[in-house]
This record gives sequence, structure tokens and C-alpha cells, in this order.
Amino acid sequence: MSGVVFIASLVVSLALVHRPLGDYMYRVYSGTRHSAVERVVYRLIGVRPDAEQTWGGYARAVLAFSAVSVLALYGLQRLQDRLFLSLGMGPVPDHIAWNTAISFVTNTNWQSYSGESTMGHLTQMAGLAVQNFVSAAAGMSVAIALVRGFARGRTDLLGNFWVDLVRGTIRILLPIAFVGALTLVAGGVVQNFAGPQELTTLTGGAQDVTGGPVASQEIIKELGTNGGGFYNANAAHPFENPTSWTNWIEIFAILLIPFSLPRAFGRMVGQVRQGHAITAIMAVMALTSVTLTGVFELSAGGTVPQAIGAALEGKEVRLGVADSAAFAAATTLTSTGAVNSFHDSYTPLGGMMTMVDMMLGEVAPGGAGSGLYGMLVLAVITVFVAGLMVGRTPEYLGKRIGPREIKLAGAYFLVMPILVLVGTALAMASPEQRASMLNSGPHGLSEVLYGFVSTSNNNGSAFAGLTVNTPWYDVVFGLCMVIGRFLPIILVLGLAGSLATQSAVPESAGTLPTHRPQFVGMVIGVTVILVALTFLPSLALGPLAEGLS
Amino acid sequence: MLEPHRLLTSLPDAIRKLNPATLWRNPVMFVVEIGAAFTTVLAIADPSGFAWAITGWLWLTVLFANLAEAVAEGRGKAQAATLRAARRDTTARRLRNGTPDGRAAWDVVGAAELRQGDVVVVEAGEIIPGDGDVVEGIASVDESAITGESAPVIRESGGDRCAVTGGTKVLSDRIVVRITRRPGESFIDRMIGLVEGADRQKTPNEIALNILLAALTIIFLVGVATMQPLAIYSKAQNPGIPDTLTLDSDGVTGVVLAALLVCLIPTTIGALLSAIGVAGMDRLVQRNVLAMSGRAVEAAGDVHTLLLDKTGTITLGNRQASEFVPVDGVSELELAEAAQLASLADETPEGRSVVVHAKRAYGLRERRPGELEHAEWAAFTAQTRMSGVDVNGRRIRKGAAAAVTEWIVVNGGRPGGDVAAIVDGVSASGGTPLVVGEATEDGARALGVIHLKDVVKEGIRERFAEMREMGIRTVMITGDNPVTARAIAREAGVDDFLAEATPEDKLALIKQEQEGGRLVAMTGDGTNDAPALAQADVGVAMNTGTSAAKEAGNMIDLDSSPTKLIEIVEIGKQLLITRGALTTFSIANDIAKYFAIIPAVFAAVYPGLDVLNIMRLHSPRSAILSAVVFNALVIVALIPLALRGVRYRPASASKLLSRNLSLYGLGGIVAPFVGIKIIDLLLPVMS
Repeated sequence: MSGVVFIASLVVSLALVHRPLGDYMYRVYSGTRHSAVERVVYRLIGVRPDAEQTWGGYARAVLAFSAVSVLALYGLQRLQDRLFLSLGMGPVPDHIAWNTAISFVTNTNWQSYSGESTMGHLTQMAGLAVQNFVSAAAGMSVAIALVRGFARGRTDLLGNFWVDLVRGTIRILLPIAFVGALTLVAGGVVQNFAGPQELTTLTGGAQDVTGGPVASQEIIKELGTNGGGFYNANAAHPFENPTSWTNWIEIFAILLIPFSLPRAFGRMVGQVRQGHAITAIMAVMALTSVTLTGVFELSAGGTVPQAIGAALEGKEVRLGVADSAAFAAATTLTSTGAVNSFHDSYTPLGGMMTMVDMMLGEVAPGGAGSGLYGMLVLAVITVFVAGLMVGRTPEYLGKRIGPREIKLAGAYFLVMPILVLVGTALAMASPEQRASMLNSGPHGLSEVLYGFVSTSNNNGSAFAGLTVNTPWYDVVFGLCMVIGRFLPIILVLGLAGSLATQSAVPESAGTLPTHRPQFVGMVIGVTVILVALTFLPSLALGPLAEGLS
Repeated sequence: MLEPHRLLTSLPDAIRKLNPATLWRNPVMFVVEIGAAFTTVLAIADPSGFAWAITGWLWLTVLFANLAEAVAEGRGKAQAATLRAARRDTTARRLRNGTPDGRAAWDVVGAAELRQGDVVVVEAGEIIPGDGDVVEGIASVDESAITGESAPVIRESGGDRCAVTGGTKVLSDRIVVRITRRPGESFIDRMIGLVEGADRQKTPNEIALNILLAALTIIFLVGVATMQPLAIYSKAQNPGIPDTLTLDSDGVTGVVLAALLVCLIPTTIGALLSAIGVAGMDRLVQRNVLAMSGRAVEAAGDVHTLLLDKTGTITLGNRQASEFVPVDGVSELELAEAAQLASLADETPEGRSVVVHAKRAYGLRERRPGELEHAEWAAFTAQTRMSGVDVNGRRIRKGAAAAVTEWIVVNGGRPGGDVAAIVDGVSASGGTPLVVGEATEDGARALGVIHLKDVVKEGIRERFAEMREMGIRTVMITGDNPVTARAIAREAGVDDFLAEATPEDKLALIKQEQEGGRLVAMTGDGTNDAPALAQADVGVAMNTGTSAAKEAGNMIDLDSSPTKLIEIVEIGKQLLITRGALTTFSIANDIAKYFAIIPAVFAAVYPGLDVLNIMRLHSPRSAILSAVVFNALVIVALIPLALRGVRYRPASASKLLSRNLSLYGLGGIVAPFVGIKIIDLLLPVMS
């Protein structure tokens, strides 16, 4: 019951907040004035803020920024012992440093290391936390560029990436993160510069636990749908997520921006109802997933869960089964990947839901920015498949979906499944990689599958149970993250460029309405069917085989 | 629609199309063919009834797809044969120096040697050797070879009826024709190419759909290929389980893998896509419309604005008497009788309509001119602008208001103020007033006014309401003044009108609509329509029109029917809907196939997966075979739908979508569950 209140209060709060925040984001990205701070930043990086970019220019800017970020983050990790606040940690091993640099720049935050025993405070704050902000802002920028493609006509200009990046960081993420961090501190999350402290555990043993700037890191980790924890235990750690209350705030922060962006989208294309439709698609899928995950976890049928009354393995007693399941759904439905419980220990079908959430392409509501652009690509594909049935060349928001658009949207749709399927097949075909699996049988397969689904979708959560800090996995998962992030971004920007050059076709009674429940149902149907069709064989041999036995 | 003999006659073509060199253009069916070849090799290496059965059905799948295309093309071929007969080798009498006047100075040359600008002379009984314009003379021409219409048409020099088509026959008189096209590029050649589908190019929408289908094929190819290591691992994890027909220690068997792949890739739409396109063009040909490109047919479905000529499309060809308005002191019957008498000698359509109206509204029997003795008839002429009769000292005249008024004055009468008032009233309502006057020994007077008006075609208002529901704006084009135009526009229910329209106005209107992103369709026939026809997204030229108009448009209506445009729009929409419906159906089908094949392959190692066998198919072997058989048969079952197009009723996008989604989306999910189950039940009976 408390689980229902927990989820219902989240739904109500998001419903209340998404509108003003969406409107605010619309103003941020549509404004023409630059603040003094922003002007200083533009001067420092040598950007003319009023010069707009074509899709190619925008894409090059995203890629250049990300490449520089990877190098900087890699360097910082490798040199951390020679800088200050290292807490005595040595340089991060090269394959882990490469994996981590990519992981944080791609908004994945896959962690093949344990934070408290690998990263010093400087690396955490100047490296990882900075990327938590800017990788989210970069994702939002790309989404906004795509929206501009829909909103504009007869132009090849999509805005200026640097301006979108700076505004997203300074005007949206920083203020919310500031307030959120203080709230978390009030809720009991740690925020200090302390070194290791010795604590006495429940069993009477002694344990060293590092303090640190946790709350500030925690909030942007959720808000930017990043997910990289200060501690290895991530949001299950009592210093990161001590109570039900902080748990609620963290889930709220995860869903806040992804659910508000459709509102900004509706405002930018001048039809608020189109934004409502996108929100509705996301909300229906998200609520279904949260409910199913909760039901599977609460009705666990194994011997131990029956005996103790709940499937508590891998979950924190202080958070409970229902709230943990809600967190698990939220973190995989977005590209967050923070965890407050261990998905490996979930019931087979509950664990499958976390994979299905990501396999949907992380669109319900998805990552900061990436959720919106992923969903819009799905809307384009849906319009194309079903829209023909109204007897017109398919159009979405007045833009025709022709060969070029479908080529880009189709290629976008191919990237993630191919990475996941090929990656999983390679790993399962190799005895050395199979050795990384903790379990045998279908559960072992699920562990590998989850790893590829998580990295290719830039989620970053781990099923756990797979030893991934090996050079092979570090490199391959690194590639999955890079390709899974940037290839779709390039395709989305190409799509935006192609849409922007078209002049809008006026709406008439013959136009496929894309704001009605009918359309909402269609997008959900197409998404679920395409995902089911792509991943059913692998799911059948992993979690389904386990869950149905 | 799909007679068995047509399937049979198309079979050789279907087999010819198995050639991979041509099949690769259809990526989906190309993959099926590779799969079929692959299982053939496996079946030869390791023969089993199951392997051969799958192999056979995979080949049939490709063959059925080819058959669909061949049948669609077969219809056009028959038509092309008729056209070829018309293009038989003719000789031409080419005038020397290209001058029309040297009557005797011609050379006899083969029609194939004619070049643009050559001038030929054609006399009664001869075949016109090439496309051109009549530069001298007038003749009746039998154009049945291309239009199918046996009544001869008149072709004359100058004006909008000067274009002649090669292959048609002059029935009377003699004309001199300037050739406008080279042989091989003539209208009839293009027509043959079009109906045969020889130079059919894929339309943008077809290309886009092919890209999507290719993407889905890639996904399933990767999905099926990458399943193998997972299957090997799963089998190895359960060492006690014996090898089965579907799964052994090397993973899923090759035959099953190929079967799964073929079932999953969108074969239904892949097989029928090209047939749908060919059949769509063919439906136009059946209605005697030639589309110069498939692009134009698709654009017809997208049209936002229809420009319709008033005369012939919205109204009947001519104005008709609709009311008799008498002046004070004259009864309606009296006026009707006088009007009828005065019109008996008027053979113009307007005059006839007065007689008809008098009969219909007042029961006045039509009298023959001979019935009245001593009657002296005054026929309508353009000079007098009136007609009438003199009988028994009474002279009656009917005609243009100004002409009759003057006649009354000349005969010593005064027309009176109320006539002028009625005349003005009729004019203001958009009608044409004809005044009826009589002159006797006592003097002359006006009896009243005949109200002539444009008669809107029956049912056209409903047609426009449908158009509006489909989101199409109708604009009436007329040379009438704005008052008249507005009245007719209101009565016909068009959304807008362009009065006193000149060709420049039309062109400007089209550009203005297109500026706002709208697609415009129009019909035209005259040379001065050519720029507008070229500018319009769908320009339908009348076959009776000038060659300039036919050149400028992207469709030609052989019937020269102005309402054809509406049918063309519907055909365009139907084409797109058919494509969308079958795509949706095809993708929705996959769900059932997974439920058939996944448990069949893996339930041996993971018995729990048997719950996915919700159709309770009786064995893995039967399950897989049933899925493959269904997949092949559904193509054949849908060929008639692909050729005929889905049923199309004009409705708003929202209604159309609801209907088609439930029919082809939900139907596509449910149908294979039922179909596969039935085949599963029948297979043991048959073998």
C-alpha cells in the first residue's frame, strides 16, 4: 500500500512540476539574451553565441566537445596521484580510466571500478561531477536541436551547440542541483571533505568508510540521468540514500527533466498538445513498467522469499521491496543507471523488466534529452508505418517523412539492437568472457545481456554478477557506449537538419492527428512490438527461461 | 479480379523473376531466396522430410511474391499489346520544305523517319503517322485505339482541338499535321511503357518504405544470427537433453534458423509492395487516366487543394431555365406559354431548356413548329440575340434583356419599370435574365423574365462535403463575374472560387497555395492552361486538349472528363493506404510467429518456455512448418487485395486510421494465430 502512495505521490508531483519547468526550459532555449556569466564563458572558449550552426556544424561541436572531455577526464584519472585531494589513491589503471572517461562523457556512468577505493575527491568533483552536468546538457542540446528541426522551416540552421550547452548547464541543471543537494543534505546525505572514518558494523566488525562531497554528486547523478555513484554501492549506500524520503527525492530528480522536456517540445513547435501526447506515451509505458516490476517483485515465489515474506535479497530493508522496484524501474526507464538495489537478485521476470525498460530504447521517459529525441524518432517511425493508412505521404508536425528521413530514423533504430545482439553473441561465444559470469544457466546469460543492454543504451547500471573490470569488457563496453551515444546523436542531428529545410505542410482534416489517444496507443504498440520482435529470442533464453521454469 | 488462368499465364514470368540478378532489387525477397538456397543445400547434404518441406515452402514464398508482381504486370501487358497493334508501321506523306502549301510536293517516308517539325498530310482512311498539331484543315478522327471510345472526334487547326495522336485514324477530310515528337517518344510509345511498367520508377514513398523494410530485415538477420551462440550455450548448460530436430549441440539447426528468419522479416509487404504500385497505376489506366509518373499518383493522394473548372465539373455544361417571373398583370402560365412558343425555334441548349422547363413545371406539351399554321419562326442568331414566332398577328420574342427591350420600344411599347427590376434581381442572384415580350396590334409589352441559371450537378455537393472531410479544399475556377461565381459556389458547396479567372490568375493561385506548403491538383486543356498545369503538383490534361497542355501535365485523361480529378485523388489515397495497411499487417504478423517458433525451438531445453506455445501446436516440427506455410500462403491470399487496393471510403484521417488500424493492425495480430493453428491441424491430415 505504501508503495502505491509512494508512486502516486511521484506521479502527482511530476504532473505539477513538468509544466512550469517545461515552460522555463522553452524560454531558456528560445531566448536571445546572454547573461554576463555566459558571455564570459563564450569569450573564454572563443564562440560567437549568435552564430547558428548547420546540423553538421552542430554535430561536429558535440563530437569535439565530447572528445576533449574524454581526454581531460582520462588525464585527470591517470594523474590524480600527482594532484591534490587524491586521498592517497594511485593513478587509475588505463583500461579502467578509458572506460570511465567514456562512460561519464556519454552520460552512461557505467562503473567498472568502485568509487571510494579508486577515485580521489578531485577526480570525483572536477572530473566526474563536471561530466555529470555537461553530458546531460549535451543530450538536452541535441534534443532541442531536433525539436528546432520540427519547429523551423526552410532553414539549415539548428541553433548553436555551445549556447545550448552553456544555458542548459547554467540556467537549468545548476540551480536545480543546488536546491536538490541542500534538500538531500537535510535528508541525511553526507556532504564533507572527510577522509576514511572507521565505523562499527552491525555484526560488530570495523569498516573504513570514506566521507566526501556526496550530496552534490548525488543530486546531479540523478537529475542528469547519469547514475555514477560516489560509492560502489551507489544509491543503496546509506551515505548516498539514507531514507525513504531521500529515495523519493532521488527518483523525482531522475524523472524531472525527461518528463518536462516534452512540454518544452510542445511549446517550441507551437502545439502544446503534441507535447502532451509525447508525455502520455512516456507515462503509460513508465507506469506499466513500474507496476509490472513491482508486481513481479512483490509476488516472488521462491523458497526464501516465501519464508521471509518478501524478495529481499539484494534490496535494502530500510527502502523496502516496492520502493526499490520503483527505483529500479525509474533508473532503467531513463538512462540513469543508479541503483538502490541489485538487479541481479531480482526475480527473473522483475529483472527482465529492467532490461525491457532499456531495450525500449530508454524513451519512457529516457535520459535527459536522449529520451525525447529517442521518442521523437519512434514517433517518426510510427507515423511512417501507420500514417500511410490515412492515404497521405506520412507527415509528423507538418514535416514529410520521406526516404531521407526514414533512412536516418531507421539507422537510428538499428544502432542499439545491433550493438546489444552482436556484443552479447560475441561474449557468449567466447569461453574467457563467459568465465566472467557469476552464475551459470539462463541467469548467467542475463548478466551478460544486461551488460550490453546497459552500456549500449548509455544506462550504466549493472546487473551485477558479471566481472567487468577485465580489459576485454572495459574495451568492448567502452565501444558500445561511444557508438551507442554518438552514432544516434549524429543521425538525430542529420534528421533535424533534413526536417528543418522542409517547409511545413499545413494541417487539414486529412492529416494524421498526432495528439490523440489513438496516436499514443500506436506509438506504444509499434515500440513494444519492435522491441519484442528484436529481443524476444535473447530474453527467451535468459530471464524468460528462468522465470517460466 | 484474380482469375486462376491469370495466375497460370503469369507463372513463367514469376519463375523468370527468380533470377537473383533482378531479385536483389527487392531486399526482403532476396534474403528469402538466399534462405531457400541455403536450406536446399542443407536438405541435399542431410535429407529429411522436414528439411525438404521447409525448403519447398521457402521457394514457394519467393515464387508467390514474383507471381504477385507478374500478375500485376500481366494486366498492363495485355493492354500494351492492343496499343502496339495501333502503332503498326505506317507510311507518311511528308511535305517538302516543311511547308503546308505545296499540295503535290511530298515524299512517302516511313513513320519512323519523321522528325520534329516535319509536316505531313493525312487523308481519310489513313493512319496519322505521329503526334503533332493540325496546322491546316479539319477532320474527324477515330481515336478508339488509345481511348477505347468509338465515337469519332473532331480535330482542327488552331484553337484547343488541334492535337492529334500517332496511331489514330482519320475518318473524313484531310488535315496537314506538324509533327511535334520523334518516333519512339510518341504518346503511344510512352503509354505502352507506362502500362507495361517497363520504365516504372520507384516513387519516393516506395523508396522510403523499402528502406524501412531493409532496416527491419537487417535487424532480424542480426537477431537470428546472434541467437546461435546463445542457443549453443543454453544447450551446453543442459547436458542431459538429447539433440532434437530443431536444436543440437551446434545450436539451432540451419533449416530452422532459415525458417525463423523468413518468418520474421516482413515478407508479406516485401512480396506485395511492387504489385501494389503496378496495380495502382493500372487502376488509373482502367479509368482511362495515364499517369506520366508514379510520383504524380502519390502526389494525388497528398493533394490539399483541388482547382475545378466550373463548367462540366460543378455545373452541367450550359445554363438552364429555372423559373418564369411574370410582370404584374400576366400569369405565370401565360408567360410560360409565350416563352415556350418563342423558344421552339431556338436550338441552343438555353432555348431547349426553356421548352423543357415549361413542360416540366407547367405541363405545357412541347409543340412541333409544324403544328401551328401560318406561323413564322424567327430563329435565334448571334446578331438578333433573340428568337420568337409570329402567329395569328401576335409576335412573341424571347432573348437577351437589352435586345428584347429594344425590340419592344421599336414596336411602340414600353417595357415598364418592373421588368428592369426583375432583370436586375436575376442578375444579382448570379442568373442570366431573358426577357419575353409580345407585340400585337395594340402595341408591345413585356410579359416577364426567364431566369436562366447554372445547374449544379446532382450529387456534387455531397462529393465536396466528402472532400472537405478528407481535408481537401475545393476551389471553383470560372470566367463568370464574382456575383454569379459566388452564387454557384454557395450552391455547389465549394470552399472558394476564382471568378473572372485568367490563366495568369490560375497560375498565381497555384503558386500562392504552394507557397503555404499545399499541394495543388487541377485539370486543363487549352494551351494557355499549360503553365498552370506544369506548376500544379497534379496536372491532369484532357486528351482533347492541345499538345502543349498534354506536355505540361503529369497525367492525361483519355476520357477528357472534368470530374476525373476527384477519382484520381481517391486512387492516390487508396494506393498509399494499401501500402500502409499491408505493412502494418505484415509487422503485426510476427508476434504469432514468435509464439509458434520460440517454444518449438527451445522448449526442449527450457520446458518452462512451453507456456509460450499458446496455440498448443502439436509438435515443434509442425509448429515451424505451419508458420512457414502460413507465411507463404498469406502472400497468395493477399494478392487480390494488393491488386484491387483496400476499400476506400472518403473520411477524415482520424476515422480512416481507426478503421484501418483495427482491420489490419489487430487483424494482423490475430489472423496468423488462427491461420497457423488451422495449418497445424491440417498438416497431419495431409501427409
